[in-house]
Amino acid sequence: MTPLPIEIPALCLVVLIGPSGAGKSTFARTHFKPTEVLSSDVCRGLVSDDENNQAATKDAFDVLYFIAAKRLAAGLLTVVDATNVRSDDRKHLVALAKQYHVLPVAVVFDLPEALYHERNQSRADRQFGAHVVRGQVQALHRSMRGLEREGFRHITVMKREDDVARAVIQRTRLWNDKRHEHGPFDLIGDVHGCLSETCTLLRKLGYRIEGTRQAPQVTPPEGRRALFLGDLVDRGPDSPGVLYLVMAMVEQGSALCVPGNHDIKLMRKLAGRQVSLTHGIAETLEQIEREPPEFKVKAREFIDSLVSHFVLDDGKLVVAHAGLKESLQGRTSGAVREFALYGETTGETDEYGLPVRYQWANDYRGSAMVVYGHTPVLHAEWINRTICIDTGCVFGGELTALRYPERELVSVPAEKEHYAPIKPLAPPTQLRAGLTLDIDDVIGKRSVETRFGRRITVQEENARAALEVMSRFAVDPRWLIYLPPTMSPPATAPSGDLLERPEEAFDYFRSQGVREIVCQEKHMGSRAVIVLCRDLHTASARFQIESDGRGVIVTRTGRRFFKDRAVENALLDRLDHAMTTAGLWAKLDSDWIALDAELMPWSAKAEELLRLQYAPTGAAGAAALAAANLALARTTARGVDVAALATAFAARGALMQQYIEAYQRYCWTVTDPSDLKIGPFHVLAFEGQVGLAKSHRWQLDVLDALCAVNPSGLVSTDRRWVALGDPASEKEAIDWWHAITAANAEGMVVKPVDSVVRDRKGLLLQPAIKCRGREYLRIIYGPTYSEPAQLEALRVRSVSGKRSLAAREFALGLEALHRFVDREPLYRVHECVFGVLALESEPIDPRL
Amino acid sequence: MLLTITTTHQPATDLGYLIGKHPGRAQSFELNVGQAHVFYPEASAERCTVALLLDIDPIALVRGPGETIGHYVNDRPYAAASLMAVAISRVFRRGESKERPELAQTPIALEANVPVLRCRAGKAKIEAVLAPLGYERIEIEPLPLDPKFPEWGSSPYFSLRLAGTLKLSELLSHLYVLLPALDGDKHYWVGGDEVQKLVDHGPWLAGHPEREWIASRYLKRRRSLVREALSQLIIEDDDDVEDADQQRDEREAQIERPLSLNEQRLRAVLDVLVEHGAHSVVDVGCGEGRLLALLMEERRFDRLLGVDVSCIALERAADRLKLERLPAMQRARIELKQSSLTYRDDALKGFDAAVAVEVIEHIDAERLGPVEANLFGHAAPPLVVITTPNAEYNVLFESLNAGAFRHGDHRFEWTREQFQAWCANIAGRFGYEVVHRMIGKVDPAHGAPTQMAIFAKREAA
Repeated sequence: MTPLPIEIPALCLVVLIGPSGAGKSTFARTHFKPTEVLSSDVCRGLVSDDENNQAATKDAFDVLYFIAAKRLAAGLLTVVDATNVRSDDRKHLVALAKQYHVLPVAVVFDLPEALYHERNQSRADRQFGAHVVRGQVQALHRSMRGLEREGFRHITVMKREDDVARAVIQRTRLWNDKRHEHGPFDLIGDVHGCLSETCTLLRKLGYRIEGTRQAPQVTPPEGRRALFLGDLVDRGPDSPGVLYLVMAMVEQGSALCVPGNHDIKLMRKLAGRQVSLTHGIAETLEQIEREPPEFKVKAREFIDSLVSHFVLDDGKLVVAHAGLKESLQGRTSGAVREFALYGETTGETDEYGLPVRYQWANDYRGSAMVVYGHTPVLHAEWINRTICIDTGCVFGGELTALRYPERELVSVPAEKEHYAPIKPLAPPTQLRAGLTLDIDDVIGKRSVETRFGRRITVQEENARAALEVMSRFAVDPRWLIYLPPTMSPPATAPSGDLLERPEEAFDYFRSQGVREIVCQEKHMGSRAVIVLCRDLHTASARFQIESDGRGVIVTRTGRRFFKDRAVENALLDRLDHAMTTAGLWAKLDSDWIALDAELMPWSAKAEELLRLQYAPTGAAGAAALAAANLALARTTARGVDVAALATAFAARGALMQQYIEAYQRYCWTVTDPSDLKIGPFHVLAFEGQVGLAKSHRWQLDVLDALCAVNPSGLVSTDRRWVALGDPASEKEAIDWWHAITAANAEGMVVKPVDSVVRDRKGLLLQPAIKCRGREYLRIIYGPTYSEPAQLEALRVRSVSGKRSLAAREFALGLEALHRFVDREPLYRVHECVFGVLALESEPIDPRL
Repeated sequence: MLLTITTTHQPATDLGYLIGKHPGRAQSFELNVGQAHVFYPEASAERCTVALLLDIDPIALVRGPGETIGHYVNDRPYAAASLMAVAISRVFRRGESKERPELAQTPIALEANVPVLRCRAGKAKIEAVLAPLGYERIEIEPLPLDPKFPEWGSSPYFSLRLAGTLKLSELLSHLYVLLPALDGDKHYWVGGDEVQKLVDHGPWLAGHPEREWIASRYLKRRRSLVREALSQLIIEDDDDVEDADQQRDEREAQIERPLSLNEQRLRAVLDVLVEHGAHSVVDVGCGEGRLLALLMEERRFDRLLGVDVSCIALERAADRLKLERLPAMQRARIELKQSSLTYRDDALKGFDAAVAVEVIEHIDAERLGPVEANLFGHAAPPLVVITTPNAEYNVLFESLNAGAFRHGDHRFEWTREQFQAWCANIAGRFGYEVVHRMIGKVDPAHGAPTQMAIFAKREAA
């Protein structure tokens, strides 16, 4: 039995057409995955509990169309198993295919009528009479010849039972599907007849060009290929020369090419069609007249063979002359081709009479990188994950290439202005709208993919809380490249007069296989994330921030730390001076840096908390206990036995005083920025690097150099390095912790020296465990928490929820830094930072 | 926390019969969250004082059933409030006595001493609440917050001494209701029976001029889950976040009250919408939905959307608009949605008009850029109406300090020139014509209290 091949594109809408009893369902079952097939009978069952209930037809098809639309939007091949014998039945499906830019494919069952009757009679559930099927056959025959006109492509008609049996479905790759091509590529923007610059650029990229103008021989660097983004011709001095070059390179396999609108227009002209001779085509035609006559045919055939866009490298790269929205990538339709060639316009025209372009790149949320040309810009600049590399060579700008996957831009200047532009090249500021954030980037239940082995889920109610805080209180999202994770304490000490001890913190890291840890003194102030640029230019160039200073200091919830900009500026200047003096700008080779720090005194930021919670508790407690002790003393004096009560309340009075001293220790009056101290402890990021991912040894070395410049204003972080398993080393750190907490320190933070460490499952370990001192904990657990009965009750606490939260927030924060350093679009950075803020609203015991 | 009650009615030791506790002994009683101790610091025929000392377990307060306190560091074990009220009713038996029934019904000389009472509303409120009750002496002494840091201001605590001639049961009833009410923070969730308790306890409350304040403080509202989440992020007071907002709103309303400006503002916006023939309106920053309520009354508006960044505001708006009880036809006219002008939202597109009444001044000036782009560039309705305070007028508000803003959350208040310059820039960039109107009484030198800009989109050429 010879197979009957039916070729269909890998992504399409397959419409099975044939009367009841034609064997469509069996055919679909045989050749397609069960999830690919949408059956109208099944849908009838879903909406009415009866697969043959004709009254449910409308509802059934609503369901079918809905599912089909979801599948096609997701880029999944879909088979519709219904009779589809009437043109009207099919109209909706063709429209659906068009809407999602996939080809509608028809597979027609036109078998002998007797066969349908025979099959239907043998089925108990098919109760309709022969006239129904006869009607279907007639309808099919009436409309069959119009299938192509209806919009179907790949029409297969099976006339005999034997055809059905022999059928073999062959799924073919679409022309634009070059996922298997992994590059590396050198993507080249609009050439417009600038042959000389093109050759210069290719040479600069390492291509060897030999042979003659009409028969060039190009040897690319090992493994690389050029990829021309269209508009090879028009306006420039030698459009035919460029065509010779690119045609040869494509033929020799050293280049790929997508067409531009100018190329298509030229092709139409060469095919004898009417086109208006404006925008530089007249010059091209003149140049072509000087070429041998067969050139016209070659050029026309070449352009005609070009595919309007490519999806490359497993879908990671998309190229098209005018770019391509996500919903059109890898799809085929007239609309896709239109967009790829011309982009989209808003229907308005600007003051130069040119169409106003719809800035699709601003809305781009796709995962593929899109590289395109078409609209000349002054500089190539990333907008979301897209970049336009037409830098207007023909207008006297530059010819630009993007090296992929290196993402490196290589340009050569135009030799002259070959053609006067109608309007000046757009300065990049006009593209800044790419920084727009959509409400859908943050709201609703979301899940954020991180490079740390897990997706982080943000619940809707947490996102809602975060939206309010982010909108009302946070700084401009462009500054907000990081928010710090929460931090867990160690497991509770099992006995003794302490709740937290270094021993349990060490145990955690030991149990996770960590060898080297660092214990850092925990400054008692308020957490501050600092972004500092060397100058306003860097703020604008790197953070796209105009006129909002050269840096920012924010709290752990992203609020500006200081209302008074003069204070913020004074602190930023202090840091900048230290960075400069210590030579760190040069050493890090960056014009900006982000630091994680503690800002002291605590009272500077927490004054409200002190005023509303800490000091009142002390005031009320001291007064109430004094009155109680007085009443008890007088009762004792009367000879009534209240001794036990008197002793307990006297002790409590003393604890209340200790509590008041505990919070007062971290407060001092600030009258001037010089009263404020910064204690930096993480280098979060700087140009090209995520500092937080580097070892704490490296980070502290940098910060020591920074703090040494200004010891009174920049407080260095004292630390002890511990080799876990070495009892002497551990004891030294434990003794140190006892000493500093007996003095003024809040406690210490224990971190793995390697900073970002994963467990056996590949998930992130706790980045840090805080170990707080006995006196400090009065501020947390209450003035009298150290009474034995309270201490015992407090030992019952679980840190697992806090740990889970800390790990998730750390993953998101670190992800945000990586994305920012990798120059990912704003919304990609923001969704992580927003996620940290949202997670912070999860109910977790705030004392931990 | 401590409460002492003293009598000089002789024989003073009969106080022991009235409360059923022997003056020669100290006794202890178990409470849900600790113990109550009763003892007598003095007990002579001339003068007898009983002390009720509560030894509160602070951990049980936080971890106990129906926990309502987030922090171990809190004043609940020390300030006499609802825990004291519970102890009074448990331990003092409401001043009814089997042994001295006639004495219990007799007004006698009594003195109550509360060493620590919290009242955030201040000393004047305590006086206003206590004065109508007929005491001969009311002494209210403020307690210092932290003498080391005078810049933190005063504390919300007072020591209170009350003296008068009244029945013990009356004194206890006053304390039972007023200690929690003055304090304003109940330690457990309010259930339905709390309303009954208040009614039972306070026949005297019916004629009290402050009865509404007392009742509203005594019966505290519940919070929603979203508010719980929000309170994790916004540290205000240990009272509800919303209270702070509401107080600021009230304050602004008070400053502007002489003009009932808000009413005029909403009417002015309504007029503009009608003039321009708008049928669908999105109210950006709808707050509690006052404008939406007004627009719902006009049948011409067939599609209304209120958006606000605050879930709490939206909950209140839903209450005000009675969304859950609207008939289907009415309900179909209106939607509420959380959104933020900082983010671009397609839901704001397709309306005849967008209004932002007293909204922009709540946004940091440096963050207005995206707001402008999202409202005028993206939503881009044919009509946009914006109102904002006129800063020039502030000098005419008697209750507003010079240079201060009308609302604690205002990030700026603009002069007419500043606002008009901002509007002109937007109109130019986004293709609108703008005209300005004044709302409220116009002062020749300073203009009107509120300024309004009306943006109409220019027809596409």
